[in-house]
Amino acid sequence: MNSGPALVSILRQGDTLVASVHTALDDSQMVRFQEDLVRQIGEYRARGVIIDVAALDVIDSFASRTLRALSEMARLRGAVTVIVGIQPDVAMSMVRLGMGMGAVPTALDLEEGLGYLTELRRLPRNHERTRHP
Amino acid sequence: MNDDRTDSPDAAESAAHGHLLPQLVAHLREHRAKLRDEWATRIRDAHLLEAMTPQEMSAETTRVYDNYVEVLETGSVEALQHYARDLSERIIPRGVETHEVVGIVLLLRDVLARSLFEKYEGDFGLLNEVLDAYEPAANRIANTVAVSFVDERERVIRQQQDAIKELSTPVLPVRERLLILPIIGVLDSERARQLTEQLLNGIRTHRAKVVVIDITGAPDVDQTVANHLVQTVDASRLMGASVIITGLSPTIAQTLVTIGVDLSKMNTIGDLQGGLEEAERLLGYKVTRTEEVADSP
Repeated sequence: MNSGPALVSILRQGDTLVASVHTALDDSQMVRFQEDLVRQIGEYRARGVIIDVAALDVIDSFASRTLRALSEMARLRGAVTVIVGIQPDVAMSMVRLGMGMGAVPTALDLEEGLGYLTELRRLPRNHERTRHP
Repeated sequence: MNDDRTDSPDAAESAAHGHLLPQLVAHLREHRAKLRDEWATRIRDAHLLEAMTPQEMSAETTRVYDNYVEVLETGSVEALQHYARDLSERIIPRGVETHEVVGIVLLLRDVLARSLFEKYEGDFGLLNEVLDAYEPAANRIANTVAVSFVDERERVIRQQQDAIKELSTPVLPVRERLLILPIIGVLDSERARQLTEQLLNGIRTHRAKVVVIDITGAPDVDQTVANHLVQTVDASRLMGASVIITGLSPTIAQTLVTIGVDLSKMNTIGDLQGGLEEAERLLGYKVTRTEEVADSP
């Protein structure tokens, strides 16, 4: 159903989609990734999306804008997006160039991201979040 | 000094430069006191080396002069190099600048050249040859001194940079997933940059979720550093860690608000103790005294 090989592997784990970006994507590949992901959210009825960018040593303004847009699109399709694996240098240069992730949640790595989503899903059920005073 | 060669003009003219140099050296040795004083006067007139006392000046100029003549005699700059480095080591901490050191050497070169003009006034051809022998050697001396001085300066700078690096801020894990970053001393932008780098790497290494930056020990923060701090907080958030800033002094708090740094996104807490308690709360730790635990059923 895809035209041409996809450069980002999107794996399904339960109701979470895990997308690992392995190489730097050019703008058209970024768009392709966005289309694939938004489509698959509906297909698999995903509730959470994790985008792992650990392999990227550069995240430019287009990429960060796309990631933010992607998260918003996923939200409209009913899934929460977490960006994970932003490297220290990447984080600093993103901030320095004024392109943060906005309201998109971020986590250290895949494990943390999954933990975040699990926590999030548990919340609506038991309304009171166990917090120590 | 008594090695004054009184070769006949013919012989001197026909001789290679090698024969002229000894003659030159003898001349410079003979008029040592007069030329050195003349040089010292010109240094004073040019307002160079004002960081040094007259006695020091007199001692150093004599040594430089002798070294200078020695290089002309032997053609080897090794001793001069050694001396120049030694001299630089002594005068750099006094705030002597590169242009002063180059300036005095060039002045000496001029003073000596003038004296040669006087000596060989009558014989233009000979003067020409003497200058042919003198100039390359003099240039090499100026070069050697300048390079030695700059080398020494760079060595001092490197040494200081290393010292600053050693003063850098440690990133301390206090609990699992909780880091403390105590900042002590003046935070300039170079140190702030280094701090960010260490913090972000620390977050990755220790898989930290909460970081407490304590700036009780920082006397002042300027706009650049404050903005850098904000960026550090944002970058940490991108890596999934939240930052708590503690110990903002009254001065710093006033400065930050006055210069208009946007700290609305920063989680600040009065002191380190409060910061740690907040961090523990965020991480879901509950700290109780052992007796209380023992008392409870």
